[in-house]
Amino acid sequence: EAQAHVTKINRFHKQINGNDKVTLTFSLSANLESLFTWNTKQVFAFVTAEYETAKNSLNQVSLWDSIIPDKDQANVQVEVKSKYPLIDQGTSLRGKKVQLVLHWHIMPNAGAMIRGKMPLSEFTLPDTYTS
Amino acid sequence: AIRGVLSAKRRRKNADLPSVPVLAIVRSSPPPPLGRNIAAREIPVESQPGEMGFIGDQVESIRSMQVRQVVTQIISLGMIVTSALIIWKGLMVATGSESPVVVVLSGSMEPGFKRGDILFLHMSKEPIRTGEIVVFNIDGREIPIVHRVIKVHERQESGEVDILTKGDNNFGDDRLLYAQGQLWLQKHHIMGRAVGYLPYVGWVTIVMTEKPIIKYLLIGALGLLVITSKE
Repeated sequence: EAQAHVTKINRFHKQINGNDKVTLTFSLSANLESLFTWNTKQVFAFVTAEYETAKNSLNQVSLWDSIIPDKDQANVQVEVKSKYPLIDQGTSLRGKKVQLVLHWHIMPNAGAMIRGKMPLSEFTLPDTYTS
Repeated sequence: AIRGVLSAKRRRKNADLPSVPVLAIVRSSPPPPLGRNIAAREIPVESQPGEMGFIGDQVESIRSMQVRQVVTQIISLGMIVTSALIIWKGLMVATGSESPVVVVLSGSMEPGFKRGDILFLHMSKEPIRTGEIVVFNIDGREIPIVHRVIKVHERQESGEVDILTKGDNNFGDDRLLYAQGQLWLQKHHIMGRAVGYLPYVGWVTIVMTEKPIIKYLLIGALGLLVITSKE
């Protein structure tokens, strides 16, 4: 029931310190209403880019996050620019296949905090830098 | 930012107070009237031959009762202190975190966590992942910080991790809070991950830390209560 797609690569380049950096725009459609119960203060929803490189077995980078204060606002339909850039530890991003994952963190009025996630679409970064 | 609960022991101590049954046993015996000792001796042996032994026994039992009462109270006081310590150390072992309960001191995680809320920490072997709320220490900083993980890079061979954090209510990430030139947190910076939450409870320790007089008044009153609780 949740979907996310990269709609645009805004900028893809190598930083002065030698790390690849991407800023992108993506659309997200997710209904998180079912996460809300009487003991839910808020849901912290976020989208990560996850990929593997020769150096790292896991790279898990937040692209965007949002605090959902109540159920009325839990049906998320947005197209947003990445709030945090996707920066690699190195230069492995050209042509890299990246998984988008939707995560949620349920923060209660009192009690245990619950986390969950759902893999969404994959996308492949361009083979060349944009600038 | 948060503070490790130094006074949490004290709080537990208070919580244990009502559950001391030893005092109740002492309370049920009649209070020894003053001067009973002397009065007993003044009773002529001839007139009440049978009574003497009985009263003498009573006096003896009351005197030993008083000693017992004092000893019992000292023991129960000791039990309160030690059980508080046992609970605290037990929590440390169970959660694997050197400070299993922390108080939120700043508003950097609002509206999720406010100043005065408490968090229960857990430190397991499981790797740290993006989205978790962790408590970490920075070299040269006295007070640990509780913020959310927004980036994780985990090495292929060694499994070492680079972690970047950010307060939900802050505009930028935490690199400005880290030590000079520090870009990432490593595993050894992490004190624990937040797994449970209770609002407001931490105000007790905040008030006691910032107004020490209240702390001493409270400790004094509790001590007095334990020592003098006969009736």
